[in-house]
Amino acid sequence: MSMRALTGLKPIPPSEITPREVFLDRRRFLAGATAAAAGLGTAAPALAEEMAMKLPAARNAAFSTTDAPTAKKIITGYNNFYEFGMGKSDPAASASKMSVRPWTIEIGGAVEKPRTIGIEEVMRLPLEERVYRFRCVEAWSMVAPWIGVEFNKLAALVGPTSKAKYVRFTSVVQPSVMSGVRAEVIDFPYVEGLRIDEAMHPLTILAVGLYGETLPNQNGAPVRVIVPWKYGFKSAKSIVRIDFVEDQPRSTWMKLQPSEYGFYSNVNPAVDHPRWSQARERRLPDFFASTPTLPFNGYADQVASLYAGMDLKKFF
Amino acid sequence: MRSARAADGRFAWATSDPVRALKPLVFLLCLAPALLLVHDVLYDPEALGANPAETIEHVTGDRSMQFLLGTLAITPLRRITGWGKLIRFRRMLGLFAFFYGVLHLAAYIAFDHYFDVPAILADIVKRPFVTVGFAALVLMTPLAVTSTAGWIRRLGAQNWSRLHKAVYAIAVLGVLHYWWLVKRDLTWPMIYGAILAVLLGWRVWNETLGRQRRRPARVRARAEPGPAE
Ligand code: HEM
Repeated sequence: MSMRALTGLKPIPPSEITPREVFLDRRRFLAGATAAAAGLGTAAPALAEEMAMKLPAARNAAFSTTDAPTAKKIITGYNNFYEFGMGKSDPAASASKMSVRPWTIEIGGAVEKPRTIGIEEVMRLPLEERVYRFRCVEAWSMVAPWIGVEFNKLAALVGPTSKAKYVRFTSVVQPSVMSGVRAEVIDFPYVEGLRIDEAMHPLTILAVGLYGETLPNQNGAPVRVIVPWKYGFKSAKSIVRIDFVEDQPRSTWMKLQPSEYGFYSNVNPAVDHPRWSQARERRLPDFFASTPTLPFNGYADQVASLYAGMDLKKFF
Repeated sequence: MRSARAADGRFAWATSDPVRALKPLVFLLCLAPALLLVHDVLYDPEALGANPAETIEHVTGDRSMQFLLGTLAITPLRRITGWGKLIRFRRMLGLFAFFYGVLHLAAYIAFDHYFDVPAILADIVKRPFVTVGFAALVLMTPLAVTSTAGWIRRLGAQNWSRLHKAVYAIAVLGVLHYWWLVKRDLTWPMIYGAILAVLLGWRVWNETLGRQRRRPARVRARAEPGPAE
């Protein structure tokens, strides 16, 4: 239950969320409009850094939750993106300095056609809107209307071989604009990984947008992975490199605290983290952590079979 | 008329007791963070950020720790500044440390655990950072209860001050609690830890120095009546 309910204030329905014009100042708004008129991908790099562009995509209802999306202000104002510092509002305050054009992803490893793919090409893949629950290991959750493409569509472009047992994602490092990188708060670049069947699952997407626009920098622009049945840290941001590999990748958090962060990190109310009970979650901006956490974050019907026969307490 | 009232103590600022005059002001200052939280919860939840419950836990935890350190700073400050009257603010600071600690616990019980008592008990047993935080608050309770003049009389000054030595352990537990709960950024636990180390270090230094100063004095005192002088 939210304190709003207690105090008689109504939660903000998604339709009333401030339109983007209010979020952008006039100069940036005009620059965005000009660039949008010029077409995706041809925007001047200096302008592209700062602006959100419209990114129309039809909602895939079959893969979307009917839960009300969390207000944009919260999704874009409360982030863990340690490259920009460890405070939840640090990314929103400083990620705008990150350069997101030009942007390429190097795809290599156990694939038939290793290649470098530009962000423009990724954005020409069949994009759709997916409204997913997003559950952080810190026991808070949101509902986010991502825009993206199934990861398996990208994989098809490079043709993973039989040796591709896992996928490793590497995030960008731009020390001059990333205070957390300069302070070496953890080892960078940030690395995450999935088993190949997890990566190829239709729920796993590469997100390039949020709320009908290109992804804000603090949410991992210009392209990030979203794996909705795992804790948020598995969904690496601002990806510059994707490797198909034979051995299980060692992710950043596994290296930092192997006893606390496992490779799988599936949302699981029955397996507690040493710091946080995972039985309930706080659906932001609720006061009370009154929402029961569901196995696989509510996606058990789609993904539980991937783990048939596995002891999920052992493979946490 | 006016002077008559001042004489019976109602116009404290008109008397020569500045502590008495300052106390209501200090009290309001100490209470202000809590009033601000109540205001925001009722009228402006957005001011508390995307995760208001977390903000409340952080504010109350920080204030509890800060008032605890403030309480421990009174004695050194008295000695250094020579303003002995500072002691009369100490009980208020200590009680505010307890007050914010209780709000902090209430937020944890209500917001984090939604009043799920078995889950709370399991949490206290299972998570060392909760265990020590809880221990700190439990230990603070008898100190808060016995903070009155009546209790000092009842216990006797010596027993009372022996009991209230627990404040040192409470402060150490508080810092440990913060140290263990942060995921990565140790900046603030380290700052609180450093301040606590200075406050406790000053006491150790003061004690040993005091003993050194007293010893020659005692020797002299004993020697004075001696025939050799
Ligand atoms: C009664 C038992 C206590 C419990 C169950 C408890 C629990 C917690 C929890 C859950 C957090 C927040 C963790 C997070 O989400 O970041 C926290 C933070 C904190 N607590 Fe406690 N606590 C207790 C007692 C205390 C006491 C007595 C003090 C002070 C002496 C204290 C000082 C703090 C501080 C300074 C923080 C961090 C605030 C910040 O990050 O700014 N806690 N505590």
